Amino acid sequence: MTLWTWVLIACAAVYLTKIAGYLVPGSWLEHPLVGRISGLMTVALLASLVAMNTASGDDGVVLDARLGALAAAAVALLLRAPFLVVVLAGAGAAAGLRAFGLG
Amino acid sequence: MTASSDRQALGRSRLTPATRTGLSIAAAVSLYGISFGALSVASGLTLWQTVALSALLFSGGSQFAFIGVLAAGGTGAAALGASTLLSARNTIYAVQMKAMFDPTGWRRLVSAQLTIDESAANAMSQTDPAERRRGFWVTGIAVYLGWNLATVVGALLGDFVAEPEALGLDGAVVAAFLGLLWPRLRAREPWALAVLAALVTVLTMPLLPAGVPVLLAAVVAAAWGLLWRPRSSGTRTEVPTAEAEGARR
Repeated sequence: MTLWTWVLIACAAVYLTKIAGYLVPGSWLEHPLVGRISGLMTVALLASLVAMNTASGDDGVVLDARLGALAAAAVALLLRAPFLVVVLAGAGAAAGLRAFGLG
Repeated sequence: MTASSDRQALGRSRLTPATRTGLSIAAAVSLYGISFGALSVASGLTLWQTVALSALLFSGGSQFAFIGVLAAGGTGAAALGASTLLSARNTIYAVQMKAMFDPTGWRRLVSAQLTIDESAANAMSQTDPAERRRGFWVTGIAVYLGWNLATVVGALLGDFVAEPEALGLDGAVVAAFLGLLWPRLRAREPWALAVLAALVTVLTMPLLPAGVPVLLAAVVAAAWGLLWRPRSSGTRTEVPTAEAEGARR
């Protein structure tokens, strides 16, 4: 399948996840386990995406300037910086480290 | 926020608290759409595929997951899986929005498209029913317009960026995901799960096709939820809810 097909299927799939919530009877999602696993899954998926985007490389795991971006973002978050500042800190750290020939 | 303080706020400004919160969230989030547009093009998507993701898919985390998996060399199927799974929380938001103001007819179809972290969080942080509805719609529409505009700008600028890494755009994505995860790490359990999920991901990345470790992390979360139940029945407080995040903003 072409990339366009995957893009459009992904758009439809995400819309279905959204409209589904408005269509199911509320009582269906009152079971505590459903809400719990949904919350846990969000944490696990985001943590996995952080790890994957930090360390992905052609041959499995690569550690480079993105590790500096992760550290800079963590510091910004500890200092309660706004989301945009956190993103800029990550970009700045990665760009800065590369400018100095690291990673 | 009581009704009287609402009226006082209205007296000072024509914008209600829910509207102001929504617009400031939209301003911050929209700029972040520039990095999505640039990175999407850098990941090998065309301008129109990038525009389609922002206009039709419209869920930041899922969009970054989609292009992130592709950028890491993953298949279209893996990108679809990661993007859809990451949108599972939108289903929960949608149920909460339905409980709050149950949109019907065409409004239901539009509100589904606008159901994202930011619109749901703003709606849930309000107490007045009218403010909840306003918070949802203002945030949803403002983020939608800003995000799509920023995506186009980022995608066009990205075309002129020979080396996106030199601008640290890959570092920006790492930081953005950490920023999305951060508010959820306010208890021991999500911290432990996040560390486990990150470890499973890094350890399986050399062994599995790109993008698959993300799906494995979802399986880990489901198993975690089935094996360990909160001691007091029915509580969801160990994983911060979007409501708590909204209150924090």
